[in-house]
Amino acid sequence: MGFTVLYLSLIVLIPLLTLPAKTATLSAHEVWDVVSDPRVVASYRLSVGASLIAASVNAVFGFVLAWVLVRYPFPGRRVVDALIDLPFALPTAVAGIVLTTIYAPNAWLGALLGRIGIKVAFTPLGITIALIFIGLPFVVRTLQPVIEDLDLEIEEAATSLGADRRTVLWRVILPYLMPAWLTGFALAFARAVGEYGSVVFISGNMPMRTEISPLLIITKLEQFDYAGATAIALVMLIMSFVLLLAINGLQSWSSRRLAD
Amino acid sequence: MPGYVRSISGKARPKARRLTETRAVRWTLTAIALLFVLLFLVMPLAVVFTEALAKGLAAYRDAVTTPDALSALKLTLIAAGIAVPLNLLFGVSAGWAIGKFDFRGKELLITLIDLPFAVSPVISGMVFVLLFGRQGFLGPWMLDHGYRIAFAVPGIVLATIFVSFPFVAREIIPIMQATGTQEEEAARVLGAGGLQIFFRVTLPNIKWGLIYGAILANARAMGEFGAVSVISGHIRGETNTLPLHVEILYNEYNFQAAFAVASLLACLAVVTLVLKAIVERRAHAVDVARERAEMDLLAEGHV
Repeated sequence: MGFTVLYLSLIVLIPLLTLPAKTATLSAHEVWDVVSDPRVVASYRLSVGASLIAASVNAVFGFVLAWVLVRYPFPGRRVVDALIDLPFALPTAVAGIVLTTIYAPNAWLGALLGRIGIKVAFTPLGITIALIFIGLPFVVRTLQPVIEDLDLEIEEAATSLGADRRTVLWRVILPYLMPAWLTGFALAFARAVGEYGSVVFISGNMPMRTEISPLLIITKLEQFDYAGATAIALVMLIMSFVLLLAINGLQSWSSRRLAD
Repeated sequence: MPGYVRSISGKARPKARRLTETRAVRWTLTAIALLFVLLFLVMPLAVVFTEALAKGLAAYRDAVTTPDALSALKLTLIAAGIAVPLNLLFGVSAGWAIGKFDFRGKELLITLIDLPFAVSPVISGMVFVLLFGRQGFLGPWMLDHGYRIAFAVPGIVLATIFVSFPFVAREIIPIMQATGTQEEEAARVLGAGGLQIFFRVTLPNIKWGLIYGAILANARAMGEFGAVSVISGHIRGETNTLPLHVEILYNEYNFQAAFAVASLLACLAVVTLVLKAIVERRAHAVDVARERAEMDLLAEGHV
């Protein structure tokens, strides 16, 4: 018990507390100047916007994947199931360079898309694709166990009472899965907002256009502008806390729902 | 609904037919899912290896055996070699405290343990710069006394511990909570000592959780990029881990070498996935066996 709290404090809490402590040495005016800078605001907008789109795409395809993996047997299912965790296991820097190589204008897929007028690498679209990659496991892995637990008898009951398959899906299955689905979405979103490694290669890092907030923090740190970096980081930290609270709330809603 | 009409006249039961989607829907959904996996997971993994071998085996071997690559490999192994055992120790003690004892603030403690997952990797690295950097809170004092932490190996190790911190604990806590204290109490009554209880009763119960957590923590520790990048200072041959070395090579337009080093990390990822799948199956088998044993006892009226 003592060791637990001591280790937690030394490794996690004290280091994280330096962030508000450093902010306290700045005046509110200084903090506001940094975080209201157009370049910083553009980076927040990009990070949050691309993360929302990526998490939404993952919500749709993650649902399909989880459903197929649980309900429809097909050859090679176990391999596909294991592969889902690749974005967790593959270092983000590797993901970053490989996605850039695939979608660069001179690579085959990048060139193919370029011919129909879609530029991916070094645009917000490229950032979104990297964020889809790293967020993919969250929705699948939160939905999978809930779909497994979905009682066939409930579907059977609804069907025998005359509901067709679409009604069963909308009125029985989706409401049941909703808390877990939202949790997966929130987890993918939270991960995407702070992501750095997989994005920094494909983004091109042009100020105001493709510069994400974590990169801006690093830029400030490299210029020894610790105050500026801290102010940007604090806003991101607050976002993370709000998301963490939301996720905890969703999870307890989910477990209450499942306990009924 | 032609299927419905036919089954009424025939002998098939309509209920069973309608409990799943039509074949067309099933095939379409499976195709969409597989296409998505192919595009977003299989292709990137394959491209790492084709790019790594683009200039042949000799170039590949040269790229992964340069002194810089070897020193990066060494530092990666050191960082993971310190971070994973420490986090294992912490995971067991946190699981023990939370699973076996009641105290106030338990929920808060569980939430705090998850914190490193919630913050951006860049912020994880940055807090150690704020603490140990030249303008940091402890930095000036420590530098005066000859301790260099930020932009040196100790900083990299600390950042690695930080980012891989929750993996073991969050596997162990639910297991310890689920098993409770009954078995330990029984061992105590039967005369076992503290260490004996731990090694003969507690450890076998959490074994698979420990291994599972260690695999995940190791993958994160060896692959961490953002946090380590901030704290490292990018000193070639000194504070370079494998992921940082990949970045340097890539930014020097030495793509083949970058992918050669990246392929080592991709191999690590594949090994991680395989081990993870094996452990999941084993742990599942243990659960099933345990459940069956309990059912047998129930059936015989022992419980």
